[in-house]
Amino acid sequence: MTAMPTAVSPRKSSGPRRTLWWGVLALVAAALIFLVPIYLFVSTAFKTDADINSWPLRLIPGSLTLDNFVNAWTLAPFDQFLINSVVVAAIGTVLKVLLAISTAYAFAFLPFPGKRWLFVFMLGALMVPGHVTLLVNYITIGQLGLVNTYAGLILPGVASAFGTFLLHQFFRSLPQEVLEAAQLDGAGHLRTVVSFIVPMARPAIITVGLIALIDEWNGFVWPLIATNSVNMRTLPVGLLYLKENDGINDWGALMAGTLFVVLPMAIVFLLAQRYIVAGLAGSVVRR
Amino acid sequence: MFSYWPIIENIYLSFTTWDFISPQADLVGLLNYRALFSSWAFPEVLLRTLVWVVVVVVVSLVLGLALALLFAQRIRGTTAVQTLAFSPHVLSGAAIATIWLLIFDPHHGLSRMVFEAFGTSSPAWTTDDSWALWALIIVSIWKGLGFVAIVYLVGIQQIPAEVLEAARIDGAGRWTQFRRVIFPLLSPTTFFLVITQTISAFQAFDVIAMMTGGGPAGATTTLSWFIYDEAFSRTNVGVSSAASMIMFVVLMAITVLQFRFVERRVHY
Repeated sequence: MTAMPTAVSPRKSSGPRRTLWWGVLALVAAALIFLVPIYLFVSTAFKTDADINSWPLRLIPGSLTLDNFVNAWTLAPFDQFLINSVVVAAIGTVLKVLLAISTAYAFAFLPFPGKRWLFVFMLGALMVPGHVTLLVNYITIGQLGLVNTYAGLILPGVASAFGTFLLHQFFRSLPQEVLEAAQLDGAGHLRTVVSFIVPMARPAIITVGLIALIDEWNGFVWPLIATNSVNMRTLPVGLLYLKENDGINDWGALMAGTLFVVLPMAIVFLLAQRYIVAGLAGSVVRR
Repeated sequence: MFSYWPIIENIYLSFTTWDFISPQADLVGLLNYRALFSSWAFPEVLLRTLVWVVVVVVVSLVLGLALALLFAQRIRGTTAVQTLAFSPHVLSGAAIATIWLLIFDPHHGLSRMVFEAFGTSSPAWTTDDSWALWALIIVSIWKGLGFVAIVYLVGIQQIPAEVLEAARIDGAGRWTQFRRVIFPLLSPTTFFLVITQTISAFQAFDVIAMMTGGGPAGATTTLSWFIYDEAFSRTNVGVSSAASMIMFVVLMAITVLQFRFVERRVHY
């Protein structure tokens, strides 16, 4: 390859340059497709009503205001939505990760009868479309008297076949010798998991945790069904409430509310992009 | 494990009639299924769902692959655009839908600006029954496009450089390289994406709930909205679970068919 750079370089530099020019144009177009809606949304959240209602469209706001956030808060109990979302996402994520770690540990390291069969059984659960199980889960939650409770919001989603599968694959790639050494030292299962597996599998666990967090935070249809009082709604469902509660006539307030729903996960995504994209796009199975 | 029991319970419920309130569900045999197919309303829901799924999956795969090929050129700034394109996938669907309600607003939205540039006025996207479904389809594609592109990009990056080099030496142009080398080598990725995107398109819900609520006049009632609406707005538990069974069987059939197909075609 490096043997004849002089012969190759002139053609090479003229080839890519042409594609570069078209490429840059295409890249800018692609960026705009995603950037324009996001810009209009964020700027509208800070625009005054006069700016929002004026035509032609004011791309650059005349002045910035926080009134929209105040309006969103008076139209809907956003602080309550926030508390609910934080509780559900935090507890849901922790439970999901703990359960996935212990299930994956059992499948990866413990011998027990029918293990293969059970693992296939669990993978089959990946294939069951969540929408099909909604109604029965609702009836179950209802019979347990858990409608409008945090337990009802969290419990049905706690078993994650996806997380278990991802961790299982990772656990199996860990060096077996370390675990044997741990066992020889007399470490029990809990000790083995806490002081050996978890530190070694940290990236995979972070990935599973972040994806669980995103799923819990963005969850829509289950919180919509499992709660019926405004004060138990999570943020995404609260947004629907805001819209129905006159939000459609008040774009500023609606966009301010939307920003509030989106911002936490946008920050999480920007900070931990590497883990999230690897988990979502790199693995072959998803839910 | 929380997934199997509900399916069995759901099969039972689909043979009963119940309204959540009466003490017990009455067995009615196949009545719910017969009711679903006794008028055109439900077959229309299925047809609409089919249009939704096919358009969303095909368009996002084609555009996503194009975007991935663009990202693979490693032009300056690509990383930032990748992040931007992927972000809607991890943000709340309800929030994305709200943002697009503003874009589609015929009086204050970007849509008005675009249509006026072409000398016409913007359609009332979400309240006009001939536009509403397309509005939702556009939003769904926009939300999933970056994910598809990144998955394809991962696939492209796994193609060994020597293979492309060999094709180039054999005198293959860019299009031939794509058609004969890149696309066939990406077939496992395409297979994975078709399945996952089909399953998620079938279950699309938050965008519909936020933007149209299945309306206007049922114009955006897909199977997933129908299942929700029958159970929770009309309290027809039996009808809703019968529709759920249809969704389950369709999705299982698609998965099995694709695995069959893939055994013959994807190996290279």
